[in-house]
Amino acid sequence: MTKKRTGVFVCHCGNNIAATVDVKKVAEAMSNEENVVASEDYVYMCSDPGQNAVLQSIKDNKLDSVVISCCSPNLHEKTFRDNAKRAGLNSFTCEIANIREQCAWVHKDKAVATEKAIKISRSAVRRAGRDQALEPIAVPVTRKVLVIGGGIAGIQAALDIANAGLKVILVEKLATIGGHMLQLSETFPTLDCSQCILSPKMVDVSRHENIELMTYSEVQEVNGSVGNFQVKIKQKPSYVDPELCKICDDCAAVCPVVVPNEHDLGLTARRAIHIPFAQAIPASYTLDENACLGLNPVRCGKCKDACDVGAINYDMLPKTVTEEVGAIVVATGYDLYAQEHMNELGGGQIDDVLDGLQFERLCSASGATKGHVLRPSDRTVPKDVVFIQCVGSRDPANHCAYCSKICCMYTAKHASLYKHHVPDGRAYVFYIDIRSGGKGYEEFVQRIMEEDEAIYLRGRVSKLYRKDGKVRVLGTDTLTGQNVEIDADMVVLALAMEPSKGTADIAKTLKIGRDKDGFLAEAHPKLKPVESVTAGIFLAGCAQGPKDIPETVSQASAAAAKVIGLLSQPTLSHAPTVAKVRNSHCTGCEMCVTACPYNAISLENGKALVNEVLCEGCGSCSATCVRSAIEVKNTTGLQIQEMIEACLA
Amino acid sequence: MSEQQAEVTTDYEPRIVAFLCKWCSSAGSDLAGVSRIQYPSNATPITVPCTGSISPNYILSALKKGADGVLVSGCHIGDCHYIEGNFLARRKIHLVKELLGFVGIEQDRFRMSWVSAAEGAKYSQVIKDFVEDLRPLGPQTKVKAGRS
Ligand SMILES: Cc1cc2nc3c(=O)[nH]c(=O)nc-3n(C[C@H](O)[C@H](O)[C@H](O)COP(=O)(O)OP(=O)(O)OC[C@H]3O[C@@H](n4cnc5c(N)ncnc54)[C@H](O)[C@@H]3O)c2cc1C
Ligand code: SF4
Ligand code: SF4
Repeated sequence: MTKKRTGVFVCHCGNNIAATVDVKKVAEAMSNEENVVASEDYVYMCSDPGQNAVLQSIKDNKLDSVVISCCSPNLHEKTFRDNAKRAGLNSFTCEIANIREQCAWVHKDKAVATEKAIKISRSAVRRAGRDQALEPIAVPVTRKVLVIGGGIAGIQAALDIANAGLKVILVEKLATIGGHMLQLSETFPTLDCSQCILSPKMVDVSRHENIELMTYSEVQEVNGSVGNFQVKIKQKPSYVDPELCKICDDCAAVCPVVVPNEHDLGLTARRAIHIPFAQAIPASYTLDENACLGLNPVRCGKCKDACDVGAINYDMLPKTVTEEVGAIVVATGYDLYAQEHMNELGGGQIDDVLDGLQFERLCSASGATKGHVLRPSDRTVPKDVVFIQCVGSRDPANHCAYCSKICCMYTAKHASLYKHHVPDGRAYVFYIDIRSGGKGYEEFVQRIMEEDEAIYLRGRVSKLYRKDGKVRVLGTDTLTGQNVEIDADMVVLALAMEPSKGTADIAKTLKIGRDKDGFLAEAHPKLKPVESVTAGIFLAGCAQGPKDIPETVSQASAAAAKVIGLLSQPTLSHAPTVAKVRNSHCTGCEMCVTACPYNAISLENGKALVNEVLCEGCGSCSATCVRSAIEVKNTTGLQIQEMIEACLA
Repeated sequence: MSEQQAEVTTDYEPRIVAFLCKWCSSAGSDLAGVSRIQYPSNATPITVPCTGSISPNYILSALKKGADGVLVSGCHIGDCHYIEGNFLARRKIHLVKELLGFVGIEQDRFRMSWVSAAEGAKYSQVIKDFVEDLRPLGPQTKVKAGRS
């Protein structure tokens, strides 16, 4: 290795550094270092004359690396690196020695501060002595985006991205987009009709020239990396051609098979051939092959005969497509924690004990009872209804440890909707405490308590059982210390939200992490809330954690903005300080493969191979490799060793 | 404590190498600076991308090169910029401590701390405490190259 020609530039920072550090002495000490051919000090290195002095010195002294002893790299590393580049140097051969925040500002004694500043500067000089010239890695991009999940999160993200001119493939596993929001009656805190605000957006999706909608589909395989993912999507056959289907219902009218309707959470029934609900997008019937008698005229064939336009085709096959996309938004949403888990509350076996979404379907004008609140067992108007909050939430010992965040709000909404339907009824709410942090939320809950006269009881319910045609509710009111017994006509459980079924699989397919509760994990809890840990994969909606519609939409738009920003560049630039393998040392033990949090390392021909686009340069691999075969560029083991020496010399 | 020992501990300034992760602890020590919180100058910082990148080798090597103590400071568990690097680091501490015991060095010469970018005061406290705790141990001579 040829000897480096390093220049050191020590900044006074006015008096900020110079008051406690003898800058001349530091510059002088550095001039004695092996590689150093120029060492200067100046009052303000970051000023124009300061930068020009560095520039000039680089040229005059034919420097190939520079060290600036100054403030924290967080402040001016970029300034000095850009300046070095202007002088024709590679910007990665410019190192910063932080002698202000980490030295001058925290010590008083000039002698010791100067000594430490020398160590810090020397350490940077040693590092620069082995710095390699590096070029940012240019990654080409595909200007197309995959959005997984067609709930409000996926819909919002898809529309935002498509409106920015990028192509979108929206993949939804069910036969219609809309997600859980479609099942809601009215929405807190404004009580506007859920379908009325959602349906127009669904129509926008279906008509958007930049959106390709794939319902009844799932993502099977994802390869590649940011800018260039290859995704394999499998579409199940719906056996009905959506182009031809007139949504006349002639087929369903003759279908002999009756099964519970998922959209109404089993409160109503549907046929094997059905439309999930009237305004479904795509607007077409779907034949549920699991319910059908056999997709075969010999077995049944009634629907096919009934369809005048010949839209039904029993021979339709699954379709698999492979697409190239630059970025992915995951919006796979939530499911409710199953009642079956709640043994103390009947385990889903007691009539007239419903979950929150079922209650939404009871209130909805398009729902099971056409908007009349009737109890399922005997279709009578319930006069005493008990709502129980935090069912399955905040119970680390038995159920979910986390707060589902929205149940306080939707329970208040439920109590209100109920009172509007049954003004002479009584609504009881059992709660642990009320969490109503949101714009207009606290006022909303207060209004339900005061104007709608919902009876709020602070405490847990210990038991539910059927007694004389009613549901007996045993609980305690912890504010009065009294036991409470209510004979309710109906009970509504605000069950915890959990990641939708299949979240674990999709996380695995995408190679992104999940948190301790199974939701998809964001890259940083504060600063990267919509990024997954994998570059180019973003998160939106309840797949990332429980949230309400406003927060879901904000997050979806944020994810869309990130995607648009990312793909607006012709090529992506990735920091070149990535890991590098020395093949001669690598034994293929795969220790690094497991250590890498980004799945950036694979084994090719028995040697570790780093995907430079995926590598974030964390160095976890280098610390695990016992043969020092893998190291991060410009933070190599040799560099660290020499820096250690410099600190102790 | 004998007079001789007392003498040793008073005029001895422990030399510390402090490995700080770029995202949390180095930023935390910057904040100590911005807040002008004073602390002893014994520790010279080396900023690394992540505590997960610190091999036990570096720690031993620092002691060999004459450090009296080695500090590794990173993000709090769960806050790691690189997902789980600090978690890897935590698992490694155990190993390092055992290694130190094995070669006959006081395990207290190695310390790990979690300092976030917002914890300037904590960083200065970590340094103060470490310096004080190293004093009674006296200079580290066990593995220092060139000494016996
Ligand atoms: C009882 C109840 C009442 C509520 N009331 C309100 C309210 O009044 N106001 C309010 O703001 N919020 C309310 N919410 C919350 C609201 O439902 C959610 O905030 C919102 O629906 C979240 O949207 P999402 O798109 O993230 O998830 P979802 O609505 O769950 O959508 C996810 C979509 O992804 C699809 N999907 C899942 N996995 C895959 C896969 N692997 N591949 C392809 N597609 C997949 C699903 O089929 C679904 O269509 C309520 C929630 C409940 C439970
Ligand atoms: S840990 Fe080292 S030796 Fe093992 S595969 Fe990775 S680079 Fe090769
Ligand atoms: S430096 Fe980090 S991200 Fe890069 S290959 Fe090594 S472990 Fe993976």
